[in-house]
Amino acid sequence: MVYQGMHHDAPTIVSRGDFAAIAEWVRPRAKILDLGCGDGTLLRYLAETREARGYGVEITDDAVLACVKNGVNIIQSDLESGLSAFESGSFDYVILSQTLQAMRHTEELVREMLRVGREGIVSFPNFGYWRNRLQVALGNMPVSDALPYQWFDTPNVHLCTVADFESFCSQHGVRILERRVLHQGAEVTTLPNLLGSIAVFRIEAMK
Amino acid sequence: MPEPGSVGAVAAQTLQFTTPLKFRSGAILDAYQLVYETYGELNAARSNAVLICHALSGNHHVAGNYEDNPRNLGWWDNIVGPGKPIDTRKFHVIGVNNLGGCHGSTGPSSIDPATGKPYGPRFPVVTVDDWVEAQARLADHLGIEQFAAVLGGSLGGMQALQWSLTHPERVRHVLSIAAAPKLTAQNIAFNDVARQAILTDPDFHGGDFYEHGTSPRRGLRLARMLGHITYLSDDSMAEKFGRELRSGALSFGFDVEFEIESYLRYQGDKFADRFDANTYLLMTKALDYFDPALDHGGDLSAAFRGARANFLVVAFSSDWRFSPGRSQEIVKALLDNELDVSYAQIQSAHGHDSFLMVDPHYHEVMRAYMANITV
Repeated sequence: MVYQGMHHDAPTIVSRGDFAAIAEWVRPRAKILDLGCGDGTLLRYLAETREARGYGVEITDDAVLACVKNGVNIIQSDLESGLSAFESGSFDYVILSQTLQAMRHTEELVREMLRVGREGIVSFPNFGYWRNRLQVALGNMPVSDALPYQWFDTPNVHLCTVADFESFCSQHGVRILERRVLHQGAEVTTLPNLLGSIAVFRIEAMK
Repeated sequence: MPEPGSVGAVAAQTLQFTTPLKFRSGAILDAYQLVYETYGELNAARSNAVLICHALSGNHHVAGNYEDNPRNLGWWDNIVGPGKPIDTRKFHVIGVNNLGGCHGSTGPSSIDPATGKPYGPRFPVVTVDDWVEAQARLADHLGIEQFAAVLGGSLGGMQALQWSLTHPERVRHVLSIAAAPKLTAQNIAFNDVARQAILTDPDFHGGDFYEHGTSPRRGLRLARMLGHITYLSDDSMAEKFGRELRSGALSFGFDVEFEIESYLRYQGDKFADRFDANTYLLMTKALDYFDPALDHGGDLSAAFRGARANFLVVAFSSDWRFSPGRSQEIVKALLDNELDVSYAQIQSAHGHDSFLMVDPHYHEVMRAYMANITV
């Protein structure tokens, strides 16, 4: 599917291969909270393919307007200030699609998403992807389809690799239920931290 | 002349009701009339009706102007009209003057048939619930079983919310703009100072000022001046008036010196000329009493349990009378009930009055939401 790029500060990815992976995991008629939902494309996609219902959260005016146009429920709010509007365990899934790396309070947000959602789904650009490593090795910050920004205008403040995220989970009481590492929409099973450009994790809080 | 996109010249209509209306207070009005205006055609399926509820000082004249008074534009003309966010080519829009008002619907200045004198202080204290009941009866008469949307700003937003509670099956969409789930103590305090200004004016005569051929203008003027301050923001006042002096120099007296004084006095005078003091008292009481959570032990989420509508909640960043936090309380209650809701917080410098102003983003959100309503 074609992702309509938004003119706002939230990270946008031209090819949203993570959408299909996320949709595969989402149970039919699930209740979903999409944090940093952009123009609401994923929510709409999940509504159409999984009969999912739920809400998006965005901070920018452009994204809010785009979601309203898209017929998606949108709550204008700053994720950095928590999810106090949402009750614990009130969602089947809380999704952070290409949003985690742009958040300042990473630990708090992951904790909050696993409080509000029975499960979390997180996708992010894999900084360990070989082309990123190569660009750094050659002396430049990486710029690619998955990381389309220059170092000086990027909203991304907490980039990580697949391996980094996995150790984050083990250190923060987060159980990984499933993992897909992708490149150009296809799953990468060999050396995923090297050959995959986007990672998608399904997680839950350890009781 | 009406600008392009205006509904043009309109005419108010009046409907007489003879079925007694029992108010929340227990008072009963045997007969009454409601004055209303409509814009745009009702479709054959009667599925495109939109009710716009007015705020404290508003009325049924929402859009357009009058043939004999072309300068009298409706209070929300900037958002209602052909091609405007609330598009009268798609919707049949209804504006109604609420009971207790002073623009044609039965109110304190109307003649009480039992006495042949104006109701004055004997007009029942009216609540948001009572208005919704009267509006529903108007809808019955107009053959509208279900509204595509009910909306309003401020006190009008409260009526829209109440619709979703009293008649959940009769409204598909509710737009609550710059509203609150109930007033704070500070808000009630402002209202009471306004009421005290009216009640203590010697020309008030216990509310029977009509027969004395006078009206408590000074009290009403003060009430409006105070209210007006709370509808603006500190920043917008500073930007518009600053500390500008009318004559350019201090006069060391108590006449009008600062521009803001001149502006407020002008607003107060203008209002006192056209508004009824008893109506003002009633409207502020309706605000004070609105509290749908009251019957649910203060639990707003429980109050919305029966609601079925889809909601758009809009708040304005500089509104300190009904701040964004108050709208977020409404959103929380809707989320708790898994209702469809969107919330937009508009960056605006104009305070509570922002909902009446043209702000491109605000109007685009309204346009987008209304455009997605199926009729």
